[in-house]
Amino acid sequence: MFSLPLSFVFIILLCVSLFFYYYSKRTIVEKASSIGKKAKTLPVYYGQNAFLWSFFPACIFLIFLTVSGPNYIDQIFFSKIQDLNPKFNSSFIDLILSKVINVANGKIETDDQKIIVLANDYLSAFEKFYFYRGLGAVLCCALLGLIVTARQKPSVNARDQVQFFMVSIFFISALIAILTTAAIIFSLFFESLRFFNLYNVFDFIFGLHWSPNVAIRTDQVASEGSFGMIPVLLGTLLISFIAMCVAIPIGLYSAIYLAEFAPSKVRDYIKPTLEILAGIPTVVYGYFAALTAAPFLRDIGAFVGLDVSSESALAAGLVMGIMIIPFISSLSDDVIRAVPQSLRDGSMGLGATKAETVYRVIIPAAFPGLVGSILLAVSRAIGETMIVVMAAGLSAKLTVNPLESVTTVTVQIVSLLTGDTEFDNIKTLSAFGLGISLFFFTLILNIIALTVSRRLAENYD
Amino acid sequence: MSNLKKRKRVEARLKIYGVASITVALLMLATLLISISLNGYSAFRQAYFKISIPVDMSQFATENGSLSSKKLNLYDWDGLVNQSFNSIFPDITKRNDKRKLFQIISSNSGYDLKQIVKNSEYSIGQKNMVVWLPLSDDADQYLKGRFNIKVPEEDRRLNDKQIIWIDTLVAKDIAKLKFNKTFFTAADSREPESAGILGAVVGSSLTLFVTILFALPLAVMASIYLEYFARPGRITDFIEVNINNLAAVPSIVFGLLGLSVFLSTFGLPRSAPLVGGLVLGLMTLPTIIIASRTSIRSIPPSIREAALGLGASQLQTALHHVLPLATPGILTGTIIGMARALGETAPLLMIGMVAFIMEVPNSFTSASTVMPVQIFMWSDSAERAFYERSSLAILFLVGFLIFMNLIAVILRKKFEKKW
Repeated sequence: MFSLPLSFVFIILLCVSLFFYYYSKRTIVEKASSIGKKAKTLPVYYGQNAFLWSFFPACIFLIFLTVSGPNYIDQIFFSKIQDLNPKFNSSFIDLILSKVINVANGKIETDDQKIIVLANDYLSAFEKFYFYRGLGAVLCCALLGLIVTARQKPSVNARDQVQFFMVSIFFISALIAILTTAAIIFSLFFESLRFFNLYNVFDFIFGLHWSPNVAIRTDQVASEGSFGMIPVLLGTLLISFIAMCVAIPIGLYSAIYLAEFAPSKVRDYIKPTLEILAGIPTVVYGYFAALTAAPFLRDIGAFVGLDVSSESALAAGLVMGIMIIPFISSLSDDVIRAVPQSLRDGSMGLGATKAETVYRVIIPAAFPGLVGSILLAVSRAIGETMIVVMAAGLSAKLTVNPLESVTTVTVQIVSLLTGDTEFDNIKTLSAFGLGISLFFFTLILNIIALTVSRRLAENYD
Repeated sequence: MSNLKKRKRVEARLKIYGVASITVALLMLATLLISISLNGYSAFRQAYFKISIPVDMSQFATENGSLSSKKLNLYDWDGLVNQSFNSIFPDITKRNDKRKLFQIISSNSGYDLKQIVKNSEYSIGQKNMVVWLPLSDDADQYLKGRFNIKVPEEDRRLNDKQIIWIDTLVAKDIAKLKFNKTFFTAADSREPESAGILGAVVGSSLTLFVTILFALPLAVMASIYLEYFARPGRITDFIEVNINNLAAVPSIVFGLLGLSVFLSTFGLPRSAPLVGGLVLGLMTLPTIIIASRTSIRSIPPSIREAALGLGASQLQTALHHVLPLATPGILTGTIIGMARALGETAPLLMIGMVAFIMEVPNSFTSASTVMPVQIFMWSDSAERAFYERSSLAILFLVGFLIFMNLIAVILRKKFEKKW
C-alpha cells in the first residue's frame, strides 16, 4: 500500500475538479442542443458550479481528517498498550506511547522488541490512514462532481447557483469573527470552571493573597497555594495608571497641536514618525524597560537616597506609557479633526482665541471620542504582556508604591503557563481564571469606548 | 488690553505644551533606537583566535579514500583543540591553570573544528591545518571593551591571569575581532559565540506564511460579504460588534485560545509554526477586515451601479470590478497586520514557541521559534554577550518592520485615488 502525502492528494483533487469543470461545460451545451434550447447562462457557470461543489467539500473533508486522524490513531494505540498490560496507569502509557512515536519517526533507537513491534504497527497504521484519507477525499470529490454534473439542467440559472455558493462561503468567513469570540469565551470559561471547582470563586475574586506555588508531586513539601486576585489586579492597575500618567498628557497635547496648530508640512512628517513608536514590537520596549530604564531609575534612586527595586512598577509603567503615546495621539487626532469646521469658525468669529476655541469648543465637542480613545488605551495597557513580563516582578504584593516590584495579570498567566503542558493541576488552571477576568475586563472597557465614540459620530453626522 | 495679553499667553502656553509633548515623544523614540544601536553594533564582530592544529587526516579515511563521518564524530576534537591551544602557552602546566586557560576559548570550538573539517576541502594526506575558532563570550566582551575590570577579581568572570593571557594572544596577533558570520548562519545555542538568528528568521517566515495564507482570504471574503451581501439586521450587527471587539482583545488571550483549542482539543504539535501562524492569523484577522472594508467602501457606488446596469451579477460586480480597485487598500491593511503579527510575542509564549531550539526549522510542524521570542529569550540570559546579540536582532527586526510600514505608506500614497 503506498502512502499519499497531503500535497499529492490536493493536486489530485484539483485535477478531478478541473475535469468536472470542463466536462460539465461541455455536456451542458449538448444537453441544451438536445432539447433545442439555449442554456440559461454561459456554459462557464455550469462548469464553475461543478468545480465548486466537487472541490470545496472534499477539501474540508481532507482538512477534517488530517486534523482529527492522528489523535484517533494515538487513542487506538493508547488502548492497545492498556490491553497489553492493564496495570499501567495512564501517565505511564502516555510515556510508552511517546516512546513508540519517537521510535516510529526514527528520532530515537531502542532494543526493546515490544516497542519496535508497536512502532512498526504505528507506522503502518499511519500509512493506512494516509491511504484512506486520500481515497476518501478523492471519492468524495468525484461523487459530488458526478452528482452535480448529472443534475445540471439548461433551464436552471447556474450563475445564480455559483453566486449562492460563493456568498455562502463569504458568509461563513464573516462568521469566523463570531466563532473566534465564542471559542475564546467557551475555552476560557470551561477551563476556569475546572479551576473554580478546585478553588472558591469568592476567594479568587476577593482574596488578598496570591502565591500559586503548590505541591505538584504528592511527596513535595510546599505551602498550600492561595489564589486571591486582588494583589495581582492592584499591580496591573498601578502599572497601567503610571503608563496613563505619561501617555494621556503627552498624547493629548500632541494630538491637539498636530490637529489645530501644526502647519500641514510639519504634520505630514511628525505623524508617521510618531507612528513608528506604535509599530515597534512590545518585546523591544520590554528589553528597553528591563535593561536600560530599570537600571537607570535604580541609579537615580540610589543617588537621591531612595530604594528603588530593580523590577519597579515605575520602570515598566513609564516605558508602557511611551508605547501608548502614539495610540492616544493618533486616535485623538482623528477625533479632533472630526469636529466640524463650522464650530471652529463660529467660535473664532465670536472673537475667541485659538486656545479658547480648543478649550471651550473643540474639547467639549470631541469629549466622548477622547474618552473613548483613552479607554481603548487603558484596555491596551491592562492587556499588555511583554513589557511587564520582562520588566515587572513575579511576587504579588499588596502595595501602591511605584518604587516597589509588583506583578500583573498577564505576567502571572505567562509564568503559570510557559513550559507546562498538563492542565490537570490548580496552578495551570488558575491562569485561565486570570485569563477570563482579563478578557471580560478589557471587553467591558472596549464596549464602553466603542459606544461612547459612536455617540460622537452620530452627534455630528 | 492686559486681558487680551493674558488670553494670548494662554494660547502660547498651549502651543508650548504641544511642542514639548511631541519633542518628548520623539526624544523617547530616539533614545530607544540609539541605546539599542549602541548596545547592538558590536555583535557584528566576534573574537576569534588563529590556531595551527596538528591532525593526521588519514585516520578519518574510509577504504575508498573519502572522509568517514562516523570516525569524525568519534574523534576527541575538544581535546585536540585544547592541546593545540595549550601549546601556545607551553609554560602553563598546572591542572588548575589549564582549566582556566581553556575557559577563554569557546566550549563549542571542538564541534566548530569538526564542522570546518567536514565542510572543507582538507585532503586525506594533510597533517596540519590552520583555522580561526571563536573565543569564549567573556573573552569576546573583554576584547570589545565591555568587560568591567574594576570589579574585584573574585566577582569577575575572568580573573587577572586569564586577562593577561588574552592580552598576550592579542599582542601576538593570534586573537582578533572578525566579522561574526555565525550570527547570520546559525540557530540558537547555549553559548553566545555559537548562537545566531537564522533559526528564528526561518521560523518567523514560516509562521507569517501560514498567517497570511489563513487571514488574507478569510478577511477579503468576510469584508466582501459585509459590504455587499449582508442584509442589515441582527446577525450583521453582531458580526460587526465582534470584529470591532476582537481587534481590541489583548493578544495574550489569543494565545490562551490557541493553547486550549489548537493544542488541547485538536492535538496539533506544540511550538510549531503552523499553530503560531493560525493564532496570529486569528489575531490579525479583524485588523485586515477593517482595512479591507474601508478600502471597499471607498470605491464609489457609480462603478458598482454601472456593472450591475450592464447585466453583471452581484458576485461579478464584487469580484471583477470592486475588488481589483480595492486591492491597494487591502494590501496596505495586510502589510500593517503582518507587521503587527511579526512583532508579536505574547500569544506565541502560550503555545510553546519559547523553546530552546538548536536546529533551523524545516517544516510547518517542526519545533521552532520566531524573532521576537528569540530576542525575549536572549535578553533573559545571564551572559552579557547575549545582550548585544539580542540588540542586534532587535535592530534587524525593527528595521524590517519600518521597511514593511514604509512599503505600506508608499503603496497607499501611490494608489490613493480621489474619486
